[in-house]
Amino acid sequence: MTIDMSQFIGVFFDETAEHLASMEALLLQLDPTAPDDEALNAIFRAAHSIKGGAATFGFNDLAEVTHTLENLLDRLRKHELPLQQVMIEVFLQAGDVLRGMLDAHRGYGSADPAAIAGVSARLSELVAHPAGMVADSGKPHGAQATASGVTGHLHIAQGPECEIERLRQSIRVYGDILSDSPGNTSGEYRFHLCLQRPVQDLFDELEFVIAPERLQWLPEAVAIAPRDGLADPDDGYGFFTEVSKTQPVVADDGEAFGFFVPLPPSVHQEQAAGDGYGFFTPIASPAPAAELAPAVSPPPAPEPAVRALAGKAGAAKTPQESSIRVGVEKVDQLLNLVGELVITQSMLAQNASHLDPAQHDLLISGVQQLERNTRELQEAVMSIRMMPISAVFSRFPRLIHDLAGKLDKQVELRLLGEQTELDKGFIEKLADPLTHLVRNSLDHGIEAPEIRRAKGKPEVGTLTLKAFHQGGSIVIEVRDDGAGLNRERILAKARERGMAVSESMPDAEVWQLIFEAGFSTAATVTDVSGRGVGMDVVRRNIQSMGGRIDIESMLDVGSTISIRLPLTLAILDGMSVQVGDEIYIVPLSFIVESLQPSADVVKTVTGQGRVINVRGDYLPVIALHDVFNIPSRLSTYQQGLMIILEADGQQVALFVDDLLGQHQVVVKNLETNYRKVAGVAGATIMGDGRVAFILDVSALVRLAQKPSQAVAFAQPA
Amino acid sequence: MEQIHDGVNQELLVFTLGAEEYGIDILKVQEIRGYDAVTAIANAPSFIKGVINLRGNIVPIVDLRIKFQLGNVTYDQFTVVIILSLVGRTVGVVVDGVSDVVTLEQEQIRPAPEFGAVLDTSFMRGLGTLDERMIILLDIEKLMTSSEMALFEEMAA
Repeated sequence: MTIDMSQFIGVFFDETAEHLASMEALLLQLDPTAPDDEALNAIFRAAHSIKGGAATFGFNDLAEVTHTLENLLDRLRKHELPLQQVMIEVFLQAGDVLRGMLDAHRGYGSADPAAIAGVSARLSELVAHPAGMVADSGKPHGAQATASGVTGHLHIAQGPECEIERLRQSIRVYGDILSDSPGNTSGEYRFHLCLQRPVQDLFDELEFVIAPERLQWLPEAVAIAPRDGLADPDDGYGFFTEVSKTQPVVADDGEAFGFFVPLPPSVHQEQAAGDGYGFFTPIASPAPAAELAPAVSPPPAPEPAVRALAGKAGAAKTPQESSIRVGVEKVDQLLNLVGELVITQSMLAQNASHLDPAQHDLLISGVQQLERNTRELQEAVMSIRMMPISAVFSRFPRLIHDLAGKLDKQVELRLLGEQTELDKGFIEKLADPLTHLVRNSLDHGIEAPEIRRAKGKPEVGTLTLKAFHQGGSIVIEVRDDGAGLNRERILAKARERGMAVSESMPDAEVWQLIFEAGFSTAATVTDVSGRGVGMDVVRRNIQSMGGRIDIESMLDVGSTISIRLPLTLAILDGMSVQVGDEIYIVPLSFIVESLQPSADVVKTVTGQGRVINVRGDYLPVIALHDVFNIPSRLSTYQQGLMIILEADGQQVALFVDDLLGQHQVVVKNLETNYRKVAGVAGATIMGDGRVAFILDVSALVRLAQKPSQAVAFAQPA
Repeated sequence: MEQIHDGVNQELLVFTLGAEEYGIDILKVQEIRGYDAVTAIANAPSFIKGVINLRGNIVPIVDLRIKFQLGNVTYDQFTVVIILSLVGRTVGVVVDGVSDVVTLEQEQIRPAPEFGAVLDTSFMRGLGTLDERMIILLDIEKLMTSSEMALFEEMAA
């Protein structure tokens, strides 16, 4: 095979990384007391695929570690060994080592040889001393099936030449080569073998170098072989072994290889097997479908076999999403171009709106068509960037697993809303802040089991990560049922650090103190957290994404930290409003309604704060010209408009001079070249090329919660 | 003062504010353009005129005439904006006019004397002499990133 492999290496790296990730996820779900067959099979398949790929591309170090891993997994999934917690730990470590090696091959960093050796040694140890473990668990069945040697002839049919020495090496892992000789035609070989392990395993191994249809196994000392199976007839799991010993080989065992269609088993051999022992029922035709591949069903144990098959069938049907991998920068470029297109389109639309519809009907309908197409194009491009948040969440089961072990705490992690989609840019930037919050919750929030018991809480703490959409934002919550924040301790610490605090501060303001740089109330600094670096960085990261971070906490009940992010960075639907000579954009998602106030609906409260009566509800009034200190062209409320905005569950009325229209605007970051402006979330470029600011509605609503400073207008007489 | 002692002669862009001539490192200048309509920033100091759309980028505009209380603050077709590229950011400054580009030798530059002025002398790299002209050498980067200008947030000092 003289295919240039280099072009596939990138794909191999990506796939291997995916396999490792799925392996890790499955391992963490695995219950050592009652392992799920399907999960074990899936883990095995992942390891198997990594090994196959690594061997193909010549990454022998990867292949070696995976090989040992695979051996152990294989015996686990065949129930030759009981699963133990220690194995899961070793598997997880092996996964880390493999990831390190993969990164090294990719050219990032270098693999740690000590870690590789350590993990390999532990894996080999687990492989080498299974007997003791089997005895311990009181489940000796199945182990004998592989213990006795089976002699037979392995026949490799004519085909492309392969390295005979490598072949021998591979075979020796599975048994002793009594003799071997090349056949008459090219690529043909005969081996006389005494196998110590199931022939199926040998075939799995050889499939990487030789097409399975070229392989044929002719058992020799059949007289002793089936005894194993008969001695243990109620054990359906031994049946793979039996099949391989007596059955002419159908190499496809129904696993990850869809590449090769199994050859019809030789009728003669099948007959021999069937007649000789009356043990197997020959079937008429080889099963083409992968899930039916174990082409015989052993009568003594139909039920477990059926179960195993069902498991395989389910696994084989995992949806194959067709996708292409595209560089992020290409998507970003596309998004930028669409952004510019949106600006041009709105400019055209604005100009076309001045034209006489009767004279320019074609142009105007064209512009309308363009608007529709632009919007659809934009949505399509945006959706490319959207990813489910599970991309971030997926790292936490492992993190919790490790941390809980290190801290001697018991924690159950609940993930909710994993499919909530958000901008890919956020996904990457969210990982660090969220990790920090989770670590904090685990370290400072959730108490040790004995303390929890003393407090009358369940020993196992619960940490919930939840993502959901709310209005135009996405909210991510990190909730724990731990100790909660200690108000007294925070205030004491703040005073110690010379901050201006008072006992009467509302809780929400006290909690915000923990975001100050260098603030940590942890009694002891652990290697997990407590150094007080971080929360300020977390807040800065979230704010740089245009988001907000809030804390709710109750002592001994728990804390909830919620991160609120805009749905996307790039484009938003907005309403342009006029105040004086300035134009501002109000994000549409915050607007409830707009209305023209009548003379008597705006009232003052204690002579300062102004409220408006909207259908019986009094809403605070924010006059935009007041907030931004710009001269309004109006002298009374009746001349302008009230826009009812809702943010953070509160409604306010925003007073503006006029509504201009609805636009799609490309959000530009004001902080790229300037600094943050209070009340302004960003800027955009209007159709005429001028800059308009996008209002930060949440900030305006918060403003309304503070006492108002000035009177907007004298009350109309 | 550091950069000036690098030994290499520097090309300076000279602009005028009222009767005074100021020189800035020409490598910091991205372009020179006319004054467009700006979008005012709410609650900003008076010398920050607002922001403009510079080919899709939002760029703040500072009027140095207001900041230094020099020159006539009028905006017409002759008003000049120097677009500067500083520490990865883009800022525009409004000046009375751009006169020329000069190269000053090391010996033509004298340290700025300490005196109480509107302009903190720490933003001056010295005073340059060219024939009869005195050119005030500005460390424009230091000036623009100073907290006094309130242009950027938490800039590294």
